[in-house]
Amino acid sequence: MSGRRLAVVTAGLSVPSSTRLLADRLAAATTDALDRHGQATAVQVVELREYARDLADNLLTGFPNGRLRGAVDPVMTADALIAVTPVFSASYSGLFKTFFDVLDEDALAGMPVLMGATGGTARHSLVLDHAVRPLFAYLRAVTVPTAVFAAAEDWGGGDASGRALAERIRRAGGELADLVAARPATAAADPFRDVAEFETLLNGG
Amino acid sequence: MQFGVFSVSDLTVDPTTGRAPSEAERIKAIVTIATKAEEVGLDVFALGEHHNPPFVSSSPTTTLAHIAARTTRLQLSTATTLITTNDPVRIAEDYAMLQHLADGRVDLMLGRGNTGPVYPWFGKDIRDGIPLAVENYALLRRLWDDDVVDWSGRFRTPLQGFTSTPRPLDGVPPFVWHGSIRTPQIAEQAAYYGDGFFHNNIFWPKEHTARMVELYRRRFEHHGHGAADQAIVGLGGQVFMRRNSQDAVREFRPYFDDAPVYGHGPSLEEYSRETPLTVGSPQQVIERTLGFREYVGDYQRQLFLVDHAGLPLRTVLEQLDLLGEEVLPVLRREFAALRPAHVPDAPTHAARVAARGGSRDATVRAAADDVTDQARHSETEVRVR
Repeated sequence: MSGRRLAVVTAGLSVPSSTRLLADRLAAATTDALDRHGQATAVQVVELREYARDLADNLLTGFPNGRLRGAVDPVMTADALIAVTPVFSASYSGLFKTFFDVLDEDALAGMPVLMGATGGTARHSLVLDHAVRPLFAYLRAVTVPTAVFAAAEDWGGGDASGRALAERIRRAGGELADLVAARPATAAADPFRDVAEFETLLNGG
Repeated sequence: MQFGVFSVSDLTVDPTTGRAPSEAERIKAIVTIATKAEEVGLDVFALGEHHNPPFVSSSPTTTLAHIAARTTRLQLSTATTLITTNDPVRIAEDYAMLQHLADGRVDLMLGRGNTGPVYPWFGKDIRDGIPLAVENYALLRRLWDDDVVDWSGRFRTPLQGFTSTPRPLDGVPPFVWHGSIRTPQIAEQAAYYGDGFFHNNIFWPKEHTARMVELYRRRFEHHGHGAADQAIVGLGGQVFMRRNSQDAVREFRPYFDDAPVYGHGPSLEEYSRETPLTVGSPQQVIERTLGFREYVGDYQRQLFLVDHAGLPLRTVLEQLDLLGEEVLPVLRREFAALRPAHVPDAPTHAARVAARGGSRDATVRAAADDVTDQARHSETEVRVR
């Protein structure tokens, strides 16, 4: 059994948060599916609410402080990422976006990502495909086909909607697990180790 | 080891008075700060180059030449000279000229500049930042090292049989530092040429500075210029001092909170923890600064930023007094005691001339001069030195 590292970034603001709840259920579905692949998974959850000031500082100073590094590093070195945001004003929240704004440019390149979002009504659900998926496309992450939106009605709308949400979560977690299981464990690139020979730079490389 | 100050020449409103100096005041203040730096025993004054408000130093060689005339010992440098947007031909000419006027007390620090709009003002594109730094410096080296240069590259018109004048003083060009906060390719460039590497050491945590310097040292050795611990390293640093550390914190806080780069973000205490910023007593500055060598190794040049964020000139001069009287003597003694014998001292013109086997007149003479038609017939009369 090889160990996989799953990072979960959640941008909910309240406690308890339906965003965190969705994130936890997506993480559980993924680890269950990886378990079926015979792979153990370590999950690290980053609650962005705890880093709100650190993220604002990073925007101004240009570097993550020691506290924020504790949140950024596990994401950058993870084998896969689950990212869940509440819908604010027709898109991801500013806090959610800020986290991905301060990551290194290539930090998520090639990383399997499962996206989730929460909102008051299902009318917001296309935010996942119109806002969140393009963000990860830009970051050259590999997003799984199923992105999961959970509206208030999914949590409290009775058995049928609850079952439908559970099914979407199961399917999405399975897709992420399939991607992760098919890949070798991640070794993060080190720009200070893997430096280009200067002759290459001189020759226009 | 050399100690000094560097200025970015910002024209910032003093947040405690609401007053900003005029350009005229700030330019004169920079000269006053530089001459004071020599007076208090510092070794180096380095000046930035910027082409947009709120900065005044668009033409550092003009200012440095003026300072050279008013000082006798001070080493003049830059922080930084824009290797991307300046024509390398002009850098070669301007700094060789300055080198002659300052009797060799000149080196320079090259940087890319990080302000997007500046590049197109000079016909360049910020996306070419690294290729420009690489090509322009390769040309600058040729212009200083070779009397006659044939050149073609991507970024400027070709040169045929070009001689950059004046030739470097004594045939030894100014020493070059390459400054970069976060670009491994620039550390590699410095290492490739065996030049110095300077890390600003102000805006980022020490762990980051350590990685950049370690990369430079490792590659310096790889490129055959000596052992890694013999590479030439310079560091910046930001300090504000009062004899009583609480007074320093109280007085500097409004300047910190409003500072152009990091203001309105982390608190002074957080920033002091995360970066090498030291606000406190001279003893605290001494201890923090001595600690730098623990993460970059023995190094050759320490420059402090003391005149930014709207601090009034009087306060800056008091900072220089404290540096000279209380900090400098201890740092000189302690760093010297800690440095092993095989680690080189900071480069100076005199030492580099000696290493080349002594001074020589590097003047290149034209076979004939179309303007005066003199050279061919009266070469002895136009001898320069």
